[in-house]
Amino acid sequence: MVSDRAKMILGRMAQALPVVAGVVVISFLLTRALPGDPAAYFAGPAASEASIAEVREALGLDKPLVQQFFLYVGDLAQGNLGTAISTGQPVAADLASRLPASLELTLVALLLSCAVAIPLGVLAATRPGTWVDHLCRVLVTAGVSMPTFFTGIVLIYVFYYLLGVAPSPLGRLDFIYLPPPTVTGFHLIDAALAGDWETWFGALKQLVLPAVTLALFTLAPIARMTRAAMLQALSSDFIRTARAAGLGRGKVLYGYALRNALLPVITTLGMVFSFTLGANVLVEKVFAWPGIGSYAVEALVVSDYAAVQGFVLAMALLFVLLNLVIDIAYALIDPRIGFS
Amino acid sequence: MAKDTLTAAEAPPRRDGTLAHIGHVLRENPVTMLAFAMLGFFLGCALLGPVLVPYDPLATEAARALEPPSFEHWFGTDNLGRDVFSRVIVATRLDLTISVAAVALSFAFGSVLGGMAGYWGGWIDAVLNRCLDTIMAFPLFVLAMGVVAALGNTVENIIYATAIINIPFYARLVRAEVNIRRNAGFARAARLAGNGDLRVLAVHIFPNALPPMMVQVSLNLGWAILNAAGLSFIGLGVRPPTPEWGIMVAEGANFIVSGEWWLAVFPGLWLMLAVFTFNLLGDGLRDIVDPRKRT
Repeated sequence: MVSDRAKMILGRMAQALPVVAGVVVISFLLTRALPGDPAAYFAGPAASEASIAEVREALGLDKPLVQQFFLYVGDLAQGNLGTAISTGQPVAADLASRLPASLELTLVALLLSCAVAIPLGVLAATRPGTWVDHLCRVLVTAGVSMPTFFTGIVLIYVFYYLLGVAPSPLGRLDFIYLPPPTVTGFHLIDAALAGDWETWFGALKQLVLPAVTLALFTLAPIARMTRAAMLQALSSDFIRTARAAGLGRGKVLYGYALRNALLPVITTLGMVFSFTLGANVLVEKVFAWPGIGSYAVEALVVSDYAAVQGFVLAMALLFVLLNLVIDIAYALIDPRIGFS
Repeated sequence: MAKDTLTAAEAPPRRDGTLAHIGHVLRENPVTMLAFAMLGFFLGCALLGPVLVPYDPLATEAARALEPPSFEHWFGTDNLGRDVFSRVIVATRLDLTISVAAVALSFAFGSVLGGMAGYWGGWIDAVLNRCLDTIMAFPLFVLAMGVVAALGNTVENIIYATAIINIPFYARLVRAEVNIRRNAGFARAARLAGNGDLRVLAVHIFPNALPPMMVQVSLNLGWAILNAAGLSFIGLGVRPPTPEWGIMVAEGANFIVSGEWWLAVFPGLWLMLAVFTFNLLGDGLRDIVDPRKRT
């Protein structure tokens, strides 16, 4: 039985390989098609034809596309994503230094969203068809209909301009604080590790508005999936048995129904994570958040294709990895999977 | 002949049943009725908007820049003195066109690909599934950004990018619906009666996939609008001075910290209402099409 499960997990990992290969090909092709000539950009405005050609040769851009692709894969295998033209740094280093900012924002937003959406879904599922149910539906639909960039701007207007309670929407930390010593790159964790609570609060204050913006957007799928899974769990035989055995309402609802309903919710979280990463790009632009999303937007403007490629690749790989982890965790948690 | 009279006799009660069902769902769910009314409003704006608006959406008037909403300018004026109300209404046509065109493209391509994969299976199915997995492996907005950046900054390319990221949803849906009916009794009967594979697939099996497709279309229209507006917001796609909701929010964002809220809020609100309409509509259609899947 254990070997069955191990085989299944290995099989699932093998399934991810062609997807990874496809991701590498697509990100290569997309960025080679970017308009503008990186050689001309890299050589500077005063460059002559000859020096542009020289740079082109140095970058390997004069070779046929297929050969460029294999060079690229070879570099990739060594963890070399090329050099970003705009910052002059290796792309891998740029991404690594900016990724924690994006992840911190995304994870806090998802936690916040789960904390609101799961109780909301349970509430709607226990009262299907009532005004509570309808209200929940309208609320979450309104949340997902709000363009994240618009929500962000409205929040800035209300909490920064009108009420003056939020700090200015410029990055992860106000100028008056020094960033905490980097351990994980997550300001909240690093500041807590350093015991610097003033900075911790400063970082939290900057984080609240963008995190709420993202969380509003992700409420709907989580709340809906919770509602649907709860409805299904509540109508199943084991709940009827539990009720007949005289277990309390809370015990039945949270001890049995919710625990069973959480599995599909966890699967949904994978999908939600994907479009949160996408929406991140917009939120980071609105709040001048120094994550990988704003990095990519800046790189797109100057056709800096090593940077764009690195970003697209990093996002896709992150997502493939996350889905893999979720599927494997699922197989480990749920005893029903792996027997069929 | 006997067969004809039989269907004729059966048809009216069945249609009544459907109508009654739709009526019932609408009465049960006033929200869906509201969604239909709002859809009518947006379609009206798209068709007649440019004729009805009080000002030219591109006409600047420097003397009256950044005026707050008033009786004369319902939504105020922007930094160049253009009437925000006129721009918001005129933009409806462009935004709806982008989303409808994108969804139509993904509907067509997704149906063909999914139908083939579901009907013939085998290597077509395997290859298609791997390709769709690859597309789905990207955060969709990020892929759309990449596609627009690669193809160039035009409205058509926003449409193509939005279509590409939506194709997997349709292809998978059609594939599943076709696959379960591939060897159903009516499909075998149609083949026995001498119909070719293509005809059986297109005329007999595919129509069964339409109801769930309609739900998907409605939800996707909202997504497509959000996607297009998001791309314009980061400077890809539609360019100023063209009135478009996303770009108007982006331009207005610069004035929000100094308190001129009407530049960004009204286009954003309109954008949100449009997406909200399509999302509610999708929910309502799902109730009509498949009551069990209600969430």
